[in-house]
Amino acid sequence: MNWDLLGQLVVNGVIVGMLYGVVAMCFVLIYKSTQVVNFAQGEFLLIGAWTCWAMLVWLEMPFWLGFLFTLAFMFVFGILLQVVVLKPLIGEPIISVIMLTIGLSIVFRALMSWMFGEFVKPFPQVFEADAVNVLGLQVQPAYIMSMVISVVIMVGFFYFFKYSRMGLAMRATAFDQQVAQSLGVSVKQVFAMCWAISALVSAVAGVVIGMVNGVSSALSFFGIKVFPAAILGGLDSIVGAIVGGLIIGVLENVSQYVDSQWLQLGGLYQIVPFYVLVIILMIKPYGLFGTKDIERI
Amino acid sequence: MADTAPRQAAPETMLSVNNIEVVYDDVILVLRGVSLEVPKGQIVTLLGANGAGKSTTLKAISGLLKTEDGEVTRGTVTFDGETISNQDPEKIVRKGIFQVMEGRRVVEDMTTIENLRLGAFTRRDKNVRRDMDMVMDYFPRLKERAGGLAGYLSGGEQQMLAIGRALMARPRMLLLDEPSMGLSPLLVKEVFGIIESINRDQGLTMLLVEQNASQALKLADYGYIMESGKVVLDGTQEELLSNEDVKESYLGGGEQRRSFKNLKSYKRRKRWL
Ligand SMILES: Nc1ncnc2c1ncn2[C@@H]1O[C@H](COP(=O)(O)OP(=O)(O)OP(=O)(O)O)[C@@H](O)[C@H]1O
Ligand SMILES: [Mg+2]
Repeated sequence: MNWDLLGQLVVNGVIVGMLYGVVAMCFVLIYKSTQVVNFAQGEFLLIGAWTCWAMLVWLEMPFWLGFLFTLAFMFVFGILLQVVVLKPLIGEPIISVIMLTIGLSIVFRALMSWMFGEFVKPFPQVFEADAVNVLGLQVQPAYIMSMVISVVIMVGFFYFFKYSRMGLAMRATAFDQQVAQSLGVSVKQVFAMCWAISALVSAVAGVVIGMVNGVSSALSFFGIKVFPAAILGGLDSIVGAIVGGLIIGVLENVSQYVDSQWLQLGGLYQIVPFYVLVIILMIKPYGLFGTKDIERI
Repeated sequence: MADTAPRQAAPETMLSVNNIEVVYDDVILVLRGVSLEVPKGQIVTLLGANGAGKSTTLKAISGLLKTEDGEVTRGTVTFDGETISNQDPEKIVRKGIFQVMEGRRVVEDMTTIENLRLGAFTRRDKNVRRDMDMVMDYFPRLKERAGGLAGYLSGGEQQMLAIGRALMARPRMLLLDEPSMGLSPLLVKEVFGIIESINRDQGLTMLLVEQNASQALKLADYGYIMESGKVVLDGTQEELLSNEDVKESYLGGGEQRRSFKNLKSYKRRKRWL
């Protein structure tokens, strides 16, 4: 057994898994409040990463300025998505809205390929590239940053839903729209905020991955991994999304290890999360944290 | 009952519903000309059997009708002289009208405290904490369950939470839809006692929908009785309490127990129009 490699892969799994968790949270946020399964979640990462890349490379902005611009852009983008594209569909069957998100994901991906090309473009260097030694493991500074950002976002979500006015309003809307309206909450505004926050936070994940791997259309496939994470967590649980993300991330890396050491099937690790997903759903149909009666976040 | 005398200085009308007609889904006519007035600082009750249109009347006032595909197609609702019919509920809440919906409707996956903070959603001032203490003083049971999930509260506690949550909005007028629903007689007494003291302490104007007519008329200054989408009778507390038809249909024969033989006649529902 190569313990060092295994340890390294588990750490990688946790780091990537936390990013899965973050994006899965964004996915759950939209699903929980608006009942829309957003198939364009992965494209939010793609659009966010390309926007930031364009700010840094084309407009030569300093990183923090470009990053802040990206956040603002994605926030507005999310609101516009709700107001211009999705709002006219209020009252239509939810399946139409879901089909629309599939359409959007195709359009966004094509648009990004057309604007930025098909090939991987490296992100301008923001952090030092040399790996640092943490507890005997070689870790790239960008990974540490990724982990810190993930944790900050998760803690931010927790406080947002627990203490902010809008966070409480979102939970109330998710529980019962009529009750929320009777308290003076505008459901349209809540929906717009959900899309805006989801787009903004996904973009952060997109930028983080872009910094490590470069930006390319592969980012939108990240969204596909987020589905098993979210479903595993029960689709409507924020905590579940994080746990689901971690499980998928670690599994992916450990199965890569198993494959490279013994099986030599090549590429096996890509689909292992989906097998695990099927097995867990057979045992727990509502996912690990899903709602049956009383809901939780 | 005896203390109604000082109130009779004809207070100004806060809310008036003028001959409204309400249609659901563009076709189902539910209210067929309902008019009522609620004077400032008073409790007015709206009584009637199941399906009479009481909840619909409240929703027409609070704007929640919109969330159920309903619409006021004729007549107007005015609050402080301003016409508010068919406005969005979130606008009407900001004008100071707050509806406590039928069936409690607390957010079950939130704690008691979170539900109360949610009640203050429309407020931006700094007194939210102080009002939370005020609510806890009215409903000491909520204080004990402050950190627990609202879904695990008893029915009575949930009703108290729903009313407390409404107070957190600092409304100028409260619309209460059957607060006694599903509560034991003892709890009904407790809840109604608190409703009365809120009205007394704060001068909060209330429109109280009830099926429990005897309890409601104990605290109301004025009452309306609805049947099949119309107001069929109205009057002061004393007038309604002494009205023979009201006694027979809604008060279960008044104070004295009558003989078993007479009970049968209560089943015959009398119509006023
Ligand atoms: N959303 C709706 N769509 C269609 N019809 C409705 C709707 N809500 C209520 N109704 C109908 O309107 C009528 C009056 O209902 P409403 O709820 O106002 O009665 P209520 O007096 O509050 O009765 P209860 O005492 O049982 O609560 C009923 O016949 C009901 O079926
Ligand atoms: Mg009703």
